Order: sequence, then C-alpha cells, then structure tokens
Amino acid sequence: MNDMTPERDERAANLKGLGCSRKRVEDARFTQGKGNYVDDIKLPGMLHGDFVRSPYAHARVISVNKDAAMALPGVLAVLTAEDLSPLGLHWMPTLAGDKQMVLADGKVLFQGQEVAFVVAEDRYIAADAVELIEVEYEELPVLTDPFEALKSDVVLREDLAGQTEGAHGPRKHHNHIFTWEQGDEAATNQVMDNAEVVVTESMYYHRTHPCPLETCGSVASMDAVNGKLTLYGTFQAPHAIRTVVSLISGIEEHNIRVVSPDIGGGFGNKVGAYAGYVCSVVASIVTGRPVKWVEDRMENLMTTAFARDYWMTGKISATKEGKITGLHCQVTADHGGFDACADPTKFPAGFMNICTGSYDIPVAYLAVDGVYTNKAPGGVSYRCSFRVTEAVYFIERMIEVLAIELDMDAADLRRINFIKKEQFPYQSALGWEYDSGDYHRAWDKVMEAVDYEGLRKEQAERVEAFKRGETRTLMGIGLCHFTEIVGAGPVKNCDILGLGMFDSCEIRIHPTGSAIARLGTISQGQGHATTFAQILATEIGLPADSITIEEGDTDTAPYGLGTYGSRSTPVAGAATAMAGRKIRAKAQMIAAYLLEVHDNDVEFDVDRFVVKGAPERFKTMKEIAFASYNQAIPGLEPGLEAVSYYDPPNMTYPFGAYVCVMDIDVDTGVPEIRRFYALDDCGTRINPMIIEGQIHGGLTEAFAVALGQEIAYDKQGNVKNGTLMDFFLPTAWEVPNYETDHTVTPSPHHPIGAKGVGESPHVGGVPCFSNAVHDAFRPFGLKQTNMPHDHWRIWETANKLGLHD
Amino acid sequence: MIPAAFDYHRPTKVEDVIALLEEHGDDARVMAGGHSLIPMMKLRMADIPHLIDLQDVGGLGGISIESGRIKLGAMVTQHEIINHDGLASAAPILREAALQIADPQVRYMGTIGGNVANGDPGNDMPGLMQCIDAQIELIGPGGTRSVAARDYYEAAYMTDREDDEVLISISFAAPSGGHAYEKQKRKIGDYATAAAAVQLVKDDGKVASVSIAMTNLSDVPVWSEAAGAALVGTTCDSAAIKAAVSAMLADIDPSEDNRGPVAFKRHLAGIILSRAVTRAWDRA
Amino acid sequence: MTEKMQVKLNVNGEDREFLAEPRELLIYALREHLNITGPHVGCDTSHCGACTVTLNGKSVKSCTMFVAQANGAEVTTIEGLGNPATLHVLQENFREHHGLQCGFCTPGMITRASKLLEENPDPTEEEVRFGMAGNICRCTGYQNIVKSILAAANEMNSAKEAAE
Repeated sequence: MNDMTPERDERAANLKGLGCSRKRVEDARFTQGKGNYVDDIKLPGMLHGDFVRSPYAHARVISVNKDAAMALPGVLAVLTAEDLSPLGLHWMPTLAGDKQMVLADGKVLFQGQEVAFVVAEDRYIAADAVELIEVEYEELPVLTDPFEALKSDVVLREDLAGQTEGAHGPRKHHNHIFTWEQGDEAATNQVMDNAEVVVTESMYYHRTHPCPLETCGSVASMDAVNGKLTLYGTFQAPHAIRTVVSLISGIEEHNIRVVSPDIGGGFGNKVGAYAGYVCSVVASIVTGRPVKWVEDRMENLMTTAFARDYWMTGKISATKEGKITGLHCQVTADHGGFDACADPTKFPAGFMNICTGSYDIPVAYLAVDGVYTNKAPGGVSYRCSFRVTEAVYFIERMIEVLAIELDMDAADLRRINFIKKEQFPYQSALGWEYDSGDYHRAWDKVMEAVDYEGLRKEQAERVEAFKRGETRTLMGIGLCHFTEIVGAGPVKNCDILGLGMFDSCEIRIHPTGSAIARLGTISQGQGHATTFAQILATEIGLPADSITIEEGDTDTAPYGLGTYGSRSTPVAGAATAMAGRKIRAKAQMIAAYLLEVHDNDVEFDVDRFVVKGAPERFKTMKEIAFASYNQAIPGLEPGLEAVSYYDPPNMTYPFGAYVCVMDIDVDTGVPEIRRFYALDDCGTRINPMIIEGQIHGGLTEAFAVALGQEIAYDKQGNVKNGTLMDFFLPTAWEVPNYETDHTVTPSPHHPIGAKGVGESPHVGGVPCFSNAVHDAFRPFGLKQTNMPHDHWRIWETANKLGLHD
Repeated sequence: MIPAAFDYHRPTKVEDVIALLEEHGDDARVMAGGHSLIPMMKLRMADIPHLIDLQDVGGLGGISIESGRIKLGAMVTQHEIINHDGLASAAPILREAALQIADPQVRYMGTIGGNVANGDPGNDMPGLMQCIDAQIELIGPGGTRSVAARDYYEAAYMTDREDDEVLISISFAAPSGGHAYEKQKRKIGDYATAAAAVQLVKDDGKVASVSIAMTNLSDVPVWSEAAGAALVGTTCDSAAIKAAVSAMLADIDPSEDNRGPVAFKRHLAGIILSRAVTRAWDRA
Repeated sequence: MTEKMQVKLNVNGEDREFLAEPRELLIYALREHLNITGPHVGCDTSHCGACTVTLNGKSVKSCTMFVAQANGAEVTTIEGLGNPATLHVLQENFREHHGLQCGFCTPGMITRASKLLEENPDPTEEEVRFGMAGNICRCTGYQNIVKSILAAANEMNSAKEAAE
C-alpha cells in the first residue's frame, strides 16, 4: 500500500478539498469590478424610493403634507402610514415577537424613524421631494437612559398600553419589555453569601453598529400580469425574508422570489427586516414598476440595526486560592423604540447565558431586563453569535476583576478555572452542553509563544520607570480566553418566527462529473463558493474546481435560515457533507454494479471506488457520474442528486486564547498595539487561508469597537456619530499586524468536525483589547473603566488615577 | 445623500468669477477641490444655487519661491505641497502638516486656498499660516488686497473675506529655524483633537524667536504671541516650555465634542505644544 | 432640477457622452449613465474610498465630485485596469494573497493601489499603509491587502528588471 501513497496524495491534492488554502473563486469577479450588489441592479422602468425621517427622537406626528412633493414632476407617490394601513402594512412584526412601525403611525420613537416614503423617477427627484414634504411634529419628553425609562411616567409604546404580558413573559412597567432568567438564583445567592471572596463590578457595553461597507437596500419588482413579486436585497436570511414578506403582504409564498445578490459585508446588519424593504415592495405594487431603495450611510448608522447596549452588573465568588464558586449576572438591555432584536425566539437575550465562559463554574444565575428607550431598534449580533460578545466581555472582565481582588495573576486564575479536557461534553450551570475543548493546551501554547513571563517582567520594569519619571508610557498585557457558542441551531430550541434553524444543501452531479450545490445560506464575504465546494470535494471525490456553489435565490436554493451567528459551516456545512454522503452512497452502488461486485466489496478512495483488496480495479467518481446518466442500473433511479436538511444535535463551541500587548501614552491617551497573538480552535479547518482572513477581519472590528467605535446619543436623543468622520472605522494606518495560531479540537457531533470561525476573533478580540487597557492601569488601582477606550476616555482614566501630576 | 440642484459655472478668468459673485450675491459660492463644500451640499446643510468651479481659472495655481519669498496659488493642492521639493526644503513645515491632513485621495483634490479661505476651525492650514505669518491675497470688485493670516479669522466660518472676494494666493517669507507640526487625531481623515504649529529660531543656544499657533482649540486658529514670548531668550528648558504652555492655555477656548471634553483638550493642547516645541528646538 | 448639460468623459480609454444634471455625482454618473458599476458608494462623505477612480492622473473619491467638475476628464476605473484575459498584477495578487472578502471595497482599493505603485513603485509596508489610508475595508483587517500590494510591487519590479 505504501507505494500507492504519493499517487493517492496527489489525487487528494487535485481535489482541493478540506484543509487546502484554495484561492477564492469569488475573486475573479470582485477584483474586476464585476460583483453584482443590490445597487448594481437596474431594471427597466425602475423608480427610486427615499425616506422622510424624523429629526426628533420622540414626537407626535400631527400631520404630513405631501402636496408640494406630489406636485414635483417625476414624483409618482408619497406613502405614509395612512396609505399603508388599509393593507395592514403600516406595522410589521419584528424577529423578537414585537411589532414595529413601517412608517410613523401617529408618533415617532427614535431619531431617523421613517415617516414617509417618496417614490420618484430618479434618486435626485426623490431627494428633492423629501425636502418638500412638510411634517408637523409635537415634541415629547425623550428617554435615552434605560434605568430612567423604567422609572418614567412617559409611555413610549402607547400601542402596548395596558399590556402586562409581552412575547417573553410579564412586563413590569410600561417601558419594560421582558425579564429573562436562567440558572438558579437561590443557589447562586447562597454560594455568594458563604463565599471566601466575592467581588462585584458593573460595566457598560456601549451601543455600536455593524456598519458593513455596503449599506442596506432592496429592489422590488411586482409583475402585475403574473402576480409574481421579485425582491432583491441585502438579506442575510433570504428564505426567512420570503416567508415574512408572504405573511405580512398576503402574497402566496410561491409567488415571491427573494434574491440576495452579492452582499458587501453583513456582520449582522442585514439579518433583520427593515421599513425600506417593505416600502419598496408596496411602492412597486402601487406604481406597477420596479422600485429601488438604498439607504445612505447616515441612515444606516442611525436606523438599521444597532448592536450591544448592555448594562451588566456581575458578582463572582471564589475561594481564597482562586477557584470560582459562583457567578451572578444582571443585565439591563436597551432595545430602543421597538424590540427588533435578531435572536432565536426562545432567547430574548440571545445566548447571553454562555456568560460562564471557559470556566468550570458550578452555579450561576443570569437575569436580563429588556427596556424601551428613544433610540433606534436593532440589537443584532454584530460579528458574533447572539449576544455572545457581551457574554464573553462580561466574564473576561469579571475574571480580571477577581484577579485584582485576589491579587493573582489573571493568566493563572484562568488556568485554575478552565473546564478540563476530560470534562467535555461539559454541562454549564446556565444550561449549555459544550461539545469539545482543550483550553489548557491552547492557553499554554499562547503563553509560551508570547513569553508571558518575560512580558510581565518588562511590564513591572516599565511601571518602576514610570514611577521614577523616566517614561510616560505604560504597558498593558491583555488576556482573553473565550468560548463561543455558534451554529444555531437545534430545531428543538432554536427558531426564528417559528422557523426551525436547520439548514440545507442540494447537490446535482452533472453527467461529465462536475456539480452544482445550492445552500440555504448566503455569503457576505466569507467565501462560501470556495469552502463549501471544498467540503464536497472531499466528500464526493470530485475536484472543488468542478463544483459550483449557489446561494441566495429562493426559487432555486433549498430553504435555510441564512448566514449569521457563524452558523453556515456548523449547519449548512454539515448539510453539505450529509448530502455529499448520500451522493457517495448511491455512487457506491453504481460503482459496485459497474465493477460487478457486491456493494460492500467496494470502498471509497479519495476520488473513486475501488474493489477492496484490488485497488487496480476502480471506477472514478467522474465515471460513476456519467454512468448514473447512461446506464440502466437495476433498482436505481437514473441521475445523481441529493438533498439534506440538517438539524444539528447541538451548537458548536469554538474557542481561542488571545494576548494583546499595548503601550499607552498616559498624557495623550493614545494606545499603540505592539503585538497581538491569536490562537483559534475552530475544530476541523476547511481553508486555512480563509480562516486567517476571517481572524484578521474580526480582530480589526474588535479593535474598532474596543478603542473608539460607538453610537452615542445626546439627551435629546440625537445621534452623535452619524457619519464616518465620527463613527470609528480604522484604516490600514491605525490597524496592527496580527500573529495567528491554532489548535484543532474537532466537534464530535459535526459530520466533519468543523465549528465555525468568522466571529470568534471579534468575540475574543474585544475583551482582549479592553483588558490590555485595563491591565496597563492595574498597578495604579484601576478596576473597571468602560469602553470605548478612545483617547479622551483613556486620558480620563489616567487623570482620575492621579497620573497627570 | 443628494445635493440640491444648482447652476454650474466654470469660468476661466478671475474677472469672470468676480462678475458672477457680484451678479448672484449670496446665492453663489466658489469651489476649489470641493472636499469641504460638497459634503455640506450633499447633507443639504449648504444651499448654493450658483456654484462657481475654479479649476479652469487661470493664474490660481503654482508654487513660486523667489528671493526668500514663497507664494502658493490658491489652487495648489496638498498633494502638490507634499511633492514639491523646493517647498519641502524652503518651508518643510508645510509638507509636515499637509501629510497630516485627510487622506491621499482628498489631498489630491484639497487645495491650500480652500483650506485657508473659509474659516473652518478644523482645518490645519489656517493655524499654520498664522504661525509663519502668511499674507492672504484676495481679489474683489475693487481689485486685490492683502490680509495677514493673523487678522483674517473672525469666528467659525467667518473671515475678513467679503462675499464677492476670492482668495487667490498665499505668500510668506521662507521660515527659518526648526519647525514642527504636531497633531493628534482619532484616525486618518479626522480633524485635530489638538494641533500645534511651531517655527523656532535658535541663536547661541537660546531661543531667538519663535512663533506658535494652535488648531481646533477655539472657533478660530489661535496664534499665541504670549506663548512665543515665554520661550524667547530661554534654553527651551522644561520650565520655559511650561510657561509657554500656560500662556497658550490662556489663549485657547476649546469646546466639548466627540473628540473629548474641554479638560482633556486643554491638557492635550499642552502636551502637543510641548512636543512640537521640543521637536522644533531639536531641529533648529 | 436644473437643465441638463452635455458631459464628455474619456472612461477607460473610450470617449463617452451623455446628458446629466450638474449636481449628479461622478460616482452615480459612472454607475447609472455608463453602467460602470465597479466603483461603489460606501460612506457618502469621502471617508471610505469605495468610490475611488483615477481622474486625470489623481486618485479621487468620485462620491465627492460633481459630474460637471469631471466634464472633459480622463477617468480610469477598476474596469479599465485589466481584462479577463490579462488581469492587472494587483488583481492577481489580491486573489493570491486573499486581499479581499466581500469585495465591496476592492475596486476602489485596487484602483487606489495602482496609482500608489505608479508614484512609488517600491514602497515599504508603512508607505503602503499610509498610502492606502483613504480606503476603508471592513472585512480583511488590511493585513492581506498590504501583503497583496507589496507582492504586486515586487512582481512588477521583477518584471521590469527582467525586461531591462
């Protein structure tokens, strides 16, 4: 068999399957400017829609006068809530079980809220018409603080007046949405009461925004003759959008075709359903012509899909030696004017209950209160699984705070408390079953790679030099060990609007041995067309280069719940492997028939079936493909096709260990990243090149969020960071180089052992950068200071610690 | 973001620009690179029925250096400033500052005239022009006149320039001694959180003369005569720098914005100035 | 609406004429009158560079230029840099080094990089980072973009040396 090996390796390499840094097939069109994004779509007779938006955060809409706008040549329609209400479309359901105004129905609840929708011959006329619409408002008191909102007499959601029961249980106050509790409060309190050490800390994870480079948009085209609606748009979940559009419009689902073309980044921004989508559909029905709506950057930042905005108070207990005994977490979640959070239905605070992190914590309790305020709705998972960034930030800060209390090294404290390799599958105190992990191995590998002890020594010397007045720069060593929970998810506990969160793949093998596979997901830059073909190549023995991957057209792709929460590889990737195995099973029967042996006498070998013990007798998959179309095989249907709808038995739990070395200029508040080391374990690695790219990108988004990116409001509810001048997106100049590393701990329940990786670096990166800032000031008594750590906030931290003379 | 409609004019002679300004009064604005004006128009924060594009107007370009006097035409771009070797050696502070303005694409379009003319407190060149005591040349219906940069700025977006006048050039004596343009910003493309322009002449181990101007720390650029005075005659030791910082702090009046609260900006202004003075001294 | 004007542009080597309002932005004129959809609108305020084209030898942000201003100019977009048969060295290297993900910033990024390498054929990493700072990418973290540009510079310089 040995002399066969090189030839076999060569055959495997030719497939460009699992583990190969295959170059991306998408890049040919993207590098030549031939991508096809929503704003590139141009249909005959297409009109343009534009919104009149509220300048106020809370106001009654007294009247909307559209006369002057309607008089402008080229304006075809101006829609208001009044026009939509006969169709029942002035409100729409949110993913979180709430409802949201499509156009202002009597009042507005956040700055930038949609009030009227203008439809005109081109974008210039539409913009002019927006200026001509006169809206009379009566300003109302504005609530931007969730704690204040819970005490205030001001009723934000008058439509819910008197409703004491919400989609997720009882409402305690007219501005309260839900309380979500997990774990055992009594047992947790008891542990806290008797603990040797207890430390409490509060932190605010500020509001920010995913801000993909392409904003949201749609093109709706209602074919009045055939009664068929085609809707192109920036949809991370095109199939779910089709179902939602059908439910709210009454158009039968078979008459709706939803297409996600190329998407210019999503990061969670494009999961939800937005007023613009609905209005483009209605406008197309009303005018009988295609209607395009594309938001500008200010509209994007102000109205579609914020992320985070969690006020978290933690209590952690431990023995004097540092063994954690319990964790308590109380969250006040600011959801804005409507609860439009994009979470699985049964999880109104997402998977915040992963907040016990990578640690073996015997007992824990979590309570989350959702609150209405006069801010934009959203609550999406910005480059993370549902609320996992918040959870990991919380636990990784609590660990640091506990280390301070215990006067321990934070790396040692983590090591003492890691879930041990032999404890997997691990049942967490807040209800999850972690699939696999080897945290100690990852941690030790990183500590050695960065010479952690050497760094600590250098840091101590720097502190002494600082105290002697020889330097004004402090050094921070940021640590983070995160555990993600991705791949939503098992239909038994994960659904969105009643749609189970399975995913799908359908494969057709063509006679000449090439193939097309269609999936229920949609790439937004992750490179699905490249990597899913690699999974299949290994499963079915045809070269990845001969496999086309298609997603995003609901008329052709099988139903799936889309791409977000790192679910594509864990769920659709699994479906792909399973569908591939069905192909292989049939191929085995064909091969056996062709080789005139029993089915069990052939075995799969890279790209062929061989007769066991006689490898010179084989049929390649290419030959088998042709045979499936050309031979009448007794007992088998012609053709070679398969479909798989995959309901994962569990989530997957990628993890990683990160270290950030940062120098901070105490006088200017400027941080300088000297080194960032990221070890990720995402289980089986499909395409190392793409994994590395995902890690660079996720870390950079973490860098931005930790060090300056926010959506802030003033007291009147005005957005303070509505353009890219103020909303921090770093350039190549500010961003460091990253060192990447990995271990491989496959998921035991995933068909190929893969766990997903796109969001890990963001989830782990934010606390790592933030911990570096905190760590720099730890020798001077800092316990907690809130993100974003922009220059002035770092300076203020130093100032409060008395470091400026 | 779509601007309101306007009539577009692209004259070739300065006289025609003046005539258009006279004809349309408040309804007309001149535009050089457009990178301040166009975003304002797209946000519909500036309503300009008549836009006068200066790109084809003769005589507004060019960098000349003659017998120690430097003249920059209004349409000279930041990119040209950076890449002009003669200017880089005659007045290196300009290149140092221009490299810290906006980003490469914007610097191809952004002009010295546009940066200086409008009184945007965030712009870097106004403070720098005060530092090197530049003269701003304006042309209007009554002919040309010259105003010192130090007298030009009145308030945010309010300058000595009349509505029917156009900035045509900027001139100054080649600065001598050491220089520094020190700027802290949040990222590329941002305005200064605090910036300082320093031009310093050393003689016999002491500060012979120095000029100091600060950017984005008031509604106008701040030329701090007192800060300079505090340094003259000293060896630029830390006590002298401290005195200069105190004097400068008495002249600025920053306001709170997304870049930070007033206390931070005042503290930072001091740090930035100290660093700029130190660098200029080392180079002098 | 104001009267439309006749606009002449030489785009990617081809003379094009069309009627447009003066206020139309160059980016939309390219995309909507000429169907050149490589350059994109990302931020609307000249911060992101997704709309970058080369205009009369300068890298410019076409979202912050009126079509009237550009009238008479020579414009090169991503579509003019290479073709499917002969890709530009930068296009090849962006693919080779995974310098793109969603692809939305890529046309502006490559167009800008082509000008950068024209002006500075042998840049350091720092010069690439500084020279590309007018282009925002949300996906890659820039590390592989920088790598792609440096590799392209290398390749172009080697080819030049070989030719000499």
